[in-house]
Amino acid sequence: MAGLSPAMTKFWIGFAGRLEKRSNAMEIGLSSYLGVAAVLFTIGVIGIFLNRKNVIVILMSVELMLLAVNLNLVAFSAHLGDLTGQVFALVILTVAAAEAAIGLAILVVYYRNRGSIAVEDINMMKG
Amino acid sequence: MLTLLDLLHGPLKPEILLVVSAMFLLMYGVFHHDPRGGNVSWLSVGVLALVAFLIAYRAWNHPGAFDSSFEGAWVNDGFARFMKMLVLIGAAGALLLSFAYFRDVGGMRFEYPILVLLSTAGMFMMISAGDLIALYLGLEMQSLALYVLAAIRRNDVRSSEAGLKYFVLGALSSGMLLYGASLLYGFTGSTHFRDIAQAAHGMAGNVPNVGFLFGLVFLLAGLAFKISAVPFHMWVPDVYQGAPTPVTAFFAAAPKIAAFALLIRVLETSVPGISSQWQQIIVFMSIASMILGSVAAIGQHNIKRLMAYSSIGHGGFALVGLAAGTEDGVQGVLVYLAIYLAMTLGTFACILAMRRKGQYVEEIHQLAGLSRTNLPLASLLAALMFSLAGIPPLAGFWAKFFVIIPAIRTGQTGMYILAVIAVLASVVGAYYYLRIIKIMFFDEPAEAFQPMPRPVRFVLGLAAAFVILFSLYPAPLLDAAARAAHSLF
Repeated sequence: MAGLSPAMTKFWIGFAGRLEKRSNAMEIGLSSYLGVAAVLFTIGVIGIFLNRKNVIVILMSVELMLLAVNLNLVAFSAHLGDLTGQVFALVILTVAAAEAAIGLAILVVYYRNRGSIAVEDINMMKG
Repeated sequence: MLTLLDLLHGPLKPEILLVVSAMFLLMYGVFHHDPRGGNVSWLSVGVLALVAFLIAYRAWNHPGAFDSSFEGAWVNDGFARFMKMLVLIGAAGALLLSFAYFRDVGGMRFEYPILVLLSTAGMFMMISAGDLIALYLGLEMQSLALYVLAAIRRNDVRSSEAGLKYFVLGALSSGMLLYGASLLYGFTGSTHFRDIAQAAHGMAGNVPNVGFLFGLVFLLAGLAFKISAVPFHMWVPDVYQGAPTPVTAFFAAAPKIAAFALLIRVLETSVPGISSQWQQIIVFMSIASMILGSVAAIGQHNIKRLMAYSSIGHGGFALVGLAAGTEDGVQGVLVYLAIYLAMTLGTFACILAMRRKGQYVEEIHQLAGLSRTNLPLASLLAALMFSLAGIPPLAGFWAKFFVIIPAIRTGQTGMYILAVIAVLASVVGAYYYLRIIKIMFFDEPAEAFQPMPRPVRFVLGLAAAFVILFSLYPAPLLDAAARAAHSLF
C-alpha cells in the first residue's frame, strides 16, 4: 500500500475532474446522501462482524457507523430546513469522542491482562 | 428561557442532586485519600435515598403531576416516577451488596459508587426522555458508566474482557439506535416523540412509509440490545459472568428496568397509532427470549451465567405485557419489573453469600447440601427460585399472571398463542430453578459458607420478604403501577 503509481495517480486525478464536471451539471439530491450513509453504515456493521484480527478495527467501524448517522442527520437537516438534525449531529460527535476514549481505556486494561487484542483471543468465557 | 435558578427550583431537582453529589463525592474521594471508598459508598447510598425521598415527596403531594422541562425533551410523569423509584432501589441494593465483596477480593475504589450514581443519572434521563436527542444522551450517559463498571476489577482478565465485550456490542447497539433515530427524524421532521406520533398518524391511510418503518425497526433493535432481548442477547451471558458479582447484580436490576421504561415510552408515546406494525416485532422478541431463556440455561454450571439466561427469559415475559399494547398490559409490565427487581436482588445476595475463606465461588454444585449447613439461606434461596420459576403463591407467579392476562384479554388469536408459549416456556424454565433447589436440599453437603455480611443479609431479607409476602398485600404495588401506566395513555 506504499504510494500510488504515477499511472494510478493520473487516473484518480482524471476521475476527480470528471466527477467535478458532472457535479456542475446536476445537483446531488437527498437520496444520494442517504445512499452513501447507508453504504457507510453497512460497511461499519460488516467491519464489526467480519473482522477477526484486531479490536482497534472494531472501534474504527463503530466510528464509521456514527459518521454515517451524522451524514444522514445533516442531509435531512438541510433537506428539511430544520436545525435540530445538525444539533443532533454535534451531540453525537461529542458523545462519540467520550465513547472512543472509554473504549480505548478498556482496551488498554484488557491488553495489560491478556497481552493481546486479537478478536479471536477474547474467549475467556463461553457456553 | 431557562436559567440555572429555574432548574434548581424546577422538576429536575432529583437529577441535579444526583449529578452534583456525584461530582462532589468524586472530589471528596480524590482529596480525602479514601482509596477504599468506604465513606463514599455509604454517602452514595444516602444520596440515592435522598433522591428517592424527593421523588416520593413530589408523587405524594401531587399524585398526577406532569412536569416537563427543556421544551418537552424531558418529561416527568407518574410513569417516570414509578420507574425511577425502581431504578433507585436497584442501584441502592447493588451498592449495599458490593461493600463486603470488594473488601474481600480487593480492588475497591471510590470511583465505583460514583459510577453507579452517574449511570443512575443516565437512567433517569432515559426514563424521562421525551425526545430522540434526550433518549440518546441518557442512554450513553448510562452506558459509558456501565462499560467502566464491568471492567472495574482491572487486574482481572474476565472483568476486563466483560467490559470490552459490553463496550463493543453496546457501541454497535447505539449505532443502530442512532441510525434509526436519524431516519425517524428525517421522515417526520422532528425529534420530539409527540410530533413523531402526530406525523406517523398523519401518514397516508395510517400506513407509515417505508423509511419511517425502517427507522423504527433500527430504533427497536438498538433498544432490544439494552433490554437483552433475543436476537440481541449475545453479550449478556459473557458480561454477566465476567463482571464482578455486585456489578452483575446492578446490570440485572437497574439498567434493564430503565431500558424497559425507554422502550415502553418510545412505543406508547411516539408510535401508538401504528401498534399493529411494531406489535409483531415485540411478539417475536418476546417468544424468542422466553424460549432461549428457558432452554439455554439448562446446561449452565456457573450460577451467574444461569442468571443471565434467566434474565433474558424474564425480559421475554415482560414483553408479553407490552405486546398486548393495552393499559393493563403496561401495568403488568411495571408489576413484572418491580417483582423481577426484588427476585434478582435477592438471588444475587444469595450468590454473594457463596464464599469460603474469603473466596467467592460461582459454580452451582458448590451449593450442594446447603440446607444442612445453612438452612435459613437455603430456604430463602429456595423461595426465590420458586418465585423465579413462577410458582404460586410467591410473587413471581403474580408477575407472570399480570402480563399474561392482558394478552389474553385482547382476544386476538396471536395473543392467545403468545400466552400459551409463555406458559410452556415457564414450565421448561422451572426445570433449572428446581434443579438448584434439588442440589441444595438433596445432595451431599459441601463445606459450609462463611456467614453473610450484614448489608447482604439486609438486602436478602427485604427481597425475600417481599417475594414471599407479596400475595398477602399486593394492593400498593398494583395501584402504583396502574397509576403509572395510566399516565402514558
